[in-house]
Amino acid sequence: MRIIDFLDIEAISIHSPAKTSGEIITDLGTRLYKLGKVKDNFISATLKREADMPTGLPLGGEINAAIPHVDIEYVNHSALALATLEQPVIFRNMVDRDEKVYVRLVIMLALDQPKSQIRMLQEVTKILQNPDVVNRLILAETEDQILTILKTMDEEDLLVHKVQ
Amino acid sequence: MKTVIVSCGTAIATSTVVANAIEEACKAEKIPVNVKQCKAAEIDAYLRDGADLIVTTSQLRSDPGIPVIKGLAFLTGIGKDAVLKEIMDILRK
Repeated sequence: MRIIDFLDIEAISIHSPAKTSGEIITDLGTRLYKLGKVKDNFISATLKREADMPTGLPLGGEINAAIPHVDIEYVNHSALALATLEQPVIFRNMVDRDEKVYVRLVIMLALDQPKSQIRMLQEVTKILQNPDVVNRLILAETEDQILTILKTMDEEDLLVHKVQ
Repeated sequence: MKTVIVSCGTAIATSTVVANAIEEACKAEKIPVNVKQCKAAEIDAYLRDGADLIVTTSQLRSDPGIPVIKGLAFLTGIGKDAVLKEIMDILRK
């Protein structure tokens, strides 16, 4: 299962005007709920988890990311949601909650089993580790473009594996 | 054989990535290792069974008394080689 198999176009929010981490978590959580991927208490649980154990990730450049997620009990089916933010929103650093991280890319993970979907998770980290892909996602004007960028990344990856 | 505890907030997402990366690297280097994955809140229970190293992607609330390495590099790629070397050095001892 590759990343785009988990990301429904309805679960993508581009150039979101959200002003806080809570707003964008609620937006993406609502999208996953409407798709039937998560339970009705997923949003409140994810907000609580973000407050207790934040998920902001400094990526070393101008654009940082956050990967909000929560325990499997709030999830029906594994899925992703993705948002790009018009203005950076403050999250807290995953390993240091005193540190603010100004986030423009949010990838929400809904996982229905522990230690599952390693491939999908590795692809999410592959996005985070590729500044070019991150930049292209931020600049994308439509949800389709987001899917195309991720699909292209998958295909390039396949090509690399074939060569190896 | 050394035991590594890999912890994160929920033990489902980021620690899966980190645990997988450590297992792969140890396999490549032929270092036998026992990788256990847990929630940050469960670390104390796992420590009682004995461990040599903690690699974590969340903030620890107390000092576990064994080496702790932050595993954010496995997610962001920043400084990944250095962190991996640090882990391997501890596991080779």
